Amino acid sequence: MSDLLYSEIENDLRAGLRGLLDDRCAWAGVLAGTERDEPYDAKLWRAVAAELGCAGLPVPEELGGAGATWRETAVTMEELGRAVAPVPFLGSAVLATAALLAAGERDLLTELAAGDRIAVLAVPFTTAPGVVLRDGAQAADGALTGAVTSVADGLAADVLLVPAQDGLYAVDAADARRTAVTSLDMTRRLCDIAFADVPARRIATGEVAAGAVRTALLTGAALLASEQLGLAERCLDTTVEYLKTRYQFGRPVGSYQGLKHRLADLWTSITQARAVARYAADCVAAGDPDTEIAVAVAQAHCSAVAVKAAEECVQMHGGIGFTWEHPAHLYLKRAKSISLAFGTPDRHRAALAALLDLPPA
Amino acid sequence: MSTAPPDADDLLARVEEFLAAHDPATTEPLEFLRARYDAGLAWVHYPEEHGGLGAPRALQAAVDARFAAAGAPRNQPERNGIGLGMAAPTILAFGTEEQKRTFLRPLWTGEEVWCQLFSEPGAGSDLAALGTRAVRDGDRWIVNGQKVWTSMAHEARWAILVTRTDPDVPKHRGMTYFVCDMTAPGVEVRPLRQITGEAEFNEVFLTDVVIPDGHRLGEVGQGWQVSTTTLMNERVAIGGAATPRESGMIGVVARTWRERPELRTAGLHDALLRAWVETEAARLTGERLRQQLTAGQPGPEGSAAKLAFAKLNQEVSGLELELLGEDGLRYDDWTMRRPSAVDFTRRSPGYRYLRAKGNSIEGGTSEILRNIIAERVLGLPGEIRVDKDVAWKDLPK
Repeated sequence: MSDLLYSEIENDLRAGLRGLLDDRCAWAGVLAGTERDEPYDAKLWRAVAAELGCAGLPVPEELGGAGATWRETAVTMEELGRAVAPVPFLGSAVLATAALLAAGERDLLTELAAGDRIAVLAVPFTTAPGVVLRDGAQAADGALTGAVTSVADGLAADVLLVPAQDGLYAVDAADARRTAVTSLDMTRRLCDIAFADVPARRIATGEVAAGAVRTALLTGAALLASEQLGLAERCLDTTVEYLKTRYQFGRPVGSYQGLKHRLADLWTSITQARAVARYAADCVAAGDPDTEIAVAVAQAHCSAVAVKAAEECVQMHGGIGFTWEHPAHLYLKRAKSISLAFGTPDRHRAALAALLDLPPA
Repeated sequence: MSTAPPDADDLLARVEEFLAAHDPATTEPLEFLRARYDAGLAWVHYPEEHGGLGAPRALQAAVDARFAAAGAPRNQPERNGIGLGMAAPTILAFGTEEQKRTFLRPLWTGEEVWCQLFSEPGAGSDLAALGTRAVRDGDRWIVNGQKVWTSMAHEARWAILVTRTDPDVPKHRGMTYFVCDMTAPGVEVRPLRQITGEAEFNEVFLTDVVIPDGHRLGEVGQGWQVSTTTLMNERVAIGGAATPRESGMIGVVARTWRERPELRTAGLHDALLRAWVETEAARLTGERLRQQLTAGQPGPEGSAAKLAFAKLNQEVSGLELELLGEDGLRYDDWTMRRPSAVDFTRRSPGYRYLRAKGNSIEGGTSEILRNIIAERVLGLPGEIRVDKDVAWKDLPK
């Protein structure tokens, strides 16, 4: 059975990252950042990706990485989720890195691991693992033409990894036309991308390319569960602290069972989210044959828990929770958006139905 | 014996050595079990002298599996859940060396079954309000009162019993915890029939029952603290059992789904998959909890596991009846039986549905568990307590 606990190294990593994020990613700053043009916090990204070395965690040491696994990357996702940190970690350090590792690419991978460059897999954020991609781009004579919509972290990218009909291509982001999307999640912005005969380097073909895309999406979905876990925990913590200090009718509102019992249920769901997210991370780290089931379970469960936590956070804060000045909305927007990412819970349950031989009516 | 606790290899080597000296095929079962206890291979995380080797609790599963594979006699843990899951850890934590020596070995071997005399008709969720009186008489105690919801009382040799010894102080302070001899004069056991038709539980009437002071667990007046240890272990025992994927209720429903396509509807498919995911999440959470337990005593996560288990059992058993349609209308047997263990899978779906209703009541109602989580884990303010500083005898009853 997988180790579902956190190792000492993982705990140290978490402590370092949390300290950094508390210091440099307070929610007021995150909120202010959403009203600026920069699509992400470049200084924070530098600190997380390069200085702390989080971008290269699952990358082998000979490629400049830390030689750790997706488990440690998952802990990073928990902490970044807790802070709704506006950095392209999921796009570059998870999806693009997983795709490049699976494709056997080395040069770009080394640059990503060092935090020197940012790449993303150019697919709609809602793409579920195992889905057959519509051909968003057509390759001909070393150039790509086509369009992809709703790409997460795409505005931050230096390089776009684009699945086309005959392989996976790397495109210089500056050569593509990227249009910012006004995104529901203001802390992880999307863009639409158009390619008009742009120069493209093919990095994998055939089954290797298809496998790289599938692995990237599966890894992304697995680790997104950890982001959802971190976000849900933060919402619960914030809400609990508020309910201890808010008085109505002469009592702290946290003393009312109407609220306490809902928070107890939420805590219970979060303890489960931790177990399934750890299991999914461990499965992708180990290349376990149970990975597809583990990921579908983690996404079906953790998506719902994160949304529930954010919704309860808004509701239990009452009026203040409905204001722009309170961080609750940043969490709600992130939670609801990522419940759609890599497939909704319903799509993951449908995937499970096939994996488990529980066919529909 | 070295001072470092044995690791997995050490333990399995000891098991092999033990099996070589005690052939499971030819050794008399009870003799085998007693010898296994004396070799420290019963519950390996217990101390030496008391059936263990001070090994990490996580290694128990491997030891049990090796004994099972060798066809070793079983101690039938399903017949003695209260003894193994609750009485034993409490005796270990609060018992004198003599009490541990007297009680733990026959408990583990299954020679002596245990039951729990805690709840009363007037003290359910509010266990600390209990009124069964124990009055000191020299070096013995005289006990009078009524207990309820006592499973296995009709087969038990011993009971863990919590009583009121001082009615003049607030309720939590005036309680004392004992081991009660179920064969003693004045102990009367009556079956209590439940909504399933059977009687897993009993009412136990205690009339001038004599308990020697040597059977007291913990100090006089410390009964609440001792009871808390028992109850924390109960939550682990109920919610934290190891299970393979798709076992239990969800396994039954999944099998029906695969075998009977004519029963399938879109709505039930959605409900089935939701329940499957929740069951798997609860299973992994139980696994994680077990991994945590190897580090020490059970924590509050046990309450969450029990809460989730009750909700799931109720949902899935209800789903099963809907899936079955006409067959869901039929019940197997309303005869009043007195089973020694709950077996969800060998009874009819209607039984499962009804029995699952008890899961959110027994061992702490789901509502009380939510209070516990909210207050002890999340640190939210407690309920308004009108009984906190009032002597037990002055409480409204």
